[in-house]
Amino acid sequence: MSFKRKKVFIEFFYDLRNAGVPVTPTSFLRLQKALYMGMVCSLEDFYVVARSLMVKSERYFDLYDRTFSKYFHGIEKPEEFERELEDTIRALLKEWLKDPKQLADLFGIDPNSIPKLSLEELVKYFIDRLKEQTERHDGGDKWIGTGGRSPVGHSGYNPYGMRVGGRSMGKSAVKIAMERRYRDYSQDQRLTAGQVGEALKRLKNLKPSGPRDMINVEKTINETVKNGGEIELIFDRSLRDKLRVILMIDNGGWSMDPYIDVVQTLFNYSQATFKDLKVFYFHNCIYDQVWEDPPRLRKPLQIEDFSRLDPDTRLIIVGDAAMAPSELESPNGSIYYYETIRRPGIERLRLLAKIFRHSAWLNPMVEYAPDFNHGVYTVKKISNIFRMFALSLDGLEKAASRLLEKN
Amino acid sequence: MKETKSPNHFTGTLTYVVDPELAKIVNVSIALEMPLLLKGEPGTGKTLLAHAVAENLGMPLIILNVKSNMKAVEALYQYDTLTRLNDSRFGDSKRDASNIKDYLRMGKIGQAFTAEKRTVLLLDEIDKADNDFQDDLLDVLDQMSFDIIEIDETVRAKHRPVVVITSNAKKDLSDPFLGRCNFHHIAFPQPSFMRKIVESHFPGVDDRLAGACIETFYRLRELQGIEKKPATRELINWIRALRIDPDFNPSSLSKAKEAPYLGILFKKSGDFMQARRFAEIGR
Repeated sequence: MSFKRKKVFIEFFYDLRNAGVPVTPTSFLRLQKALYMGMVCSLEDFYVVARSLMVKSERYFDLYDRTFSKYFHGIEKPEEFERELEDTIRALLKEWLKDPKQLADLFGIDPNSIPKLSLEELVKYFIDRLKEQTERHDGGDKWIGTGGRSPVGHSGYNPYGMRVGGRSMGKSAVKIAMERRYRDYSQDQRLTAGQVGEALKRLKNLKPSGPRDMINVEKTINETVKNGGEIELIFDRSLRDKLRVILMIDNGGWSMDPYIDVVQTLFNYSQATFKDLKVFYFHNCIYDQVWEDPPRLRKPLQIEDFSRLDPDTRLIIVGDAAMAPSELESPNGSIYYYETIRRPGIERLRLLAKIFRHSAWLNPMVEYAPDFNHGVYTVKKISNIFRMFALSLDGLEKAASRLLEKN
Repeated sequence: MKETKSPNHFTGTLTYVVDPELAKIVNVSIALEMPLLLKGEPGTGKTLLAHAVAENLGMPLIILNVKSNMKAVEALYQYDTLTRLNDSRFGDSKRDASNIKDYLRMGKIGQAFTAEKRTVLLLDEIDKADNDFQDDLLDVLDQMSFDIIEIDETVRAKHRPVVVITSNAKKDLSDPFLGRCNFHHIAFPQPSFMRKIVESHFPGVDDRLAGACIETFYRLRELQGIEKKPATRELINWIRALRIDPDFNPSSLSKAKEAPYLGILFKKSGDFMQARRFAEIGR
């Protein structure tokens, strides 16, 4: 192995960092503390403890697994890890002897005896303690809870009051890491309804409404005092969500096909959450009208009519915005020959952006096909009119804050 | 620091089967005195873990069910202004309106801090509240103390509670908050581990029944287009129902002939229809 002794843990830390796991020095110090306290006595322990202390999101678990298996591949044998651990402890102990009191507390030994012990003896003492734990630890189903407490068990059929299930502890940590159990949670996964919900949760517009049934304590006290102590109750209306949302979805043509799932997720979430939601459909670009029915046949609504709606309505347009330049800018832009339009699409888009101050365009292509070249021109043009966001967790959050801006 | 020698080691309980990995993490959190943040699919036993820890360590469990509009101070203490106002006007209660302390009540976190015994404090579904709530609790959990502004007094934890925090959100909590927590994500159990969980809930359960149910359950979880996948909780309830049904025959399940009570597993109508279609095709 090419790594130097004593630096194993630090190197591993930097490997994680370089791999893109956001690990912090504080968490690394906590890991050191866990080592001091004898919480780690095998590579398996290290795998679990280091992860729980340093990696704070399951999205990075897979990356952690990969980094771990790469780094520790080769020192799978317990003796070798023990040797590494011993070296680390030796280094730590030196540091540690600066505060003998703490050390004594930790090991439960007489502080006065510490000066009598040599460094070697201390290391040996510590390792012995670890070994003791390791042996107990390997003892099958009862390895946890070595604190001398009698197990809880009240019905008697399980003498240890516990069960440890799952994989056997015999399996090496590297093998566990190589299973990549958390692959599904890594970042390149698609949006789920839960994530959409989380990102859009802030999209609320709370306004007082309904009956006056919430007591206003401040005002009540004020009024009561003014009233010479005679109680005067003041009630307010409670806050309700008054957000209106219009969702316009590009549901036509092959270009949006790959994104059906993610758009459907967004749609389901919006249906479930926004109390005042209107959904319209268009294909490719918005011209004179949009439709309320998904096949875009029966219920068209003229774009001009939107000006009659509440201008505080939040407009969210979902589409790839990729089309031929003429489809956006030509007065005969519609790809349907039978659809005669009066104005080019770009003007309609400008009109919508003018009517609704709070608007955002969500583009699935930015996330899922970032190196697209079809339609770059129109994507740029349209993003000058509407703020464009990726239809991703990050993009949704940004869009949500944009939609809540005052102006 | 004394935890390594003290009885504060978590060992699972009779009905809660703990994964060795998770047991280790619980023990590390207790030893390092850090809150343990648990994430994972709904129904994988996040909340139950706190119950199991409390039972196992013989500590009382205090649960704060976080709500979406909750303010951090409500979790610490409440000052009941209105009652005091009322008492000062009518004076017909045993409380003394001139003594503000009669109108201060501890919230769940306050209760955990003032308890005579060390407790397990569960902050359930913290992601429901907004980020402010989490940030406001940061210092409280870090310092294990908070101020009661009205009387300018500081409440310090008599015994540092074992803090377990659960979150359902797929989204991360704020970085400073995460920085102070120990983190674990409970992955969905493997079928072999699920078998142990089932056996712990139904000691001596019929072998064929458990096997067939678990197999079908995992197959149903893999169905395309399911919005809310059934979790451990649903499986346990499903087996409970199947066990008391005298007409049920496990072999029909394993041959995919029928799958009764799908409504226990699938709670969204779309999912339910999807699962039923699947069951019918299998026939």
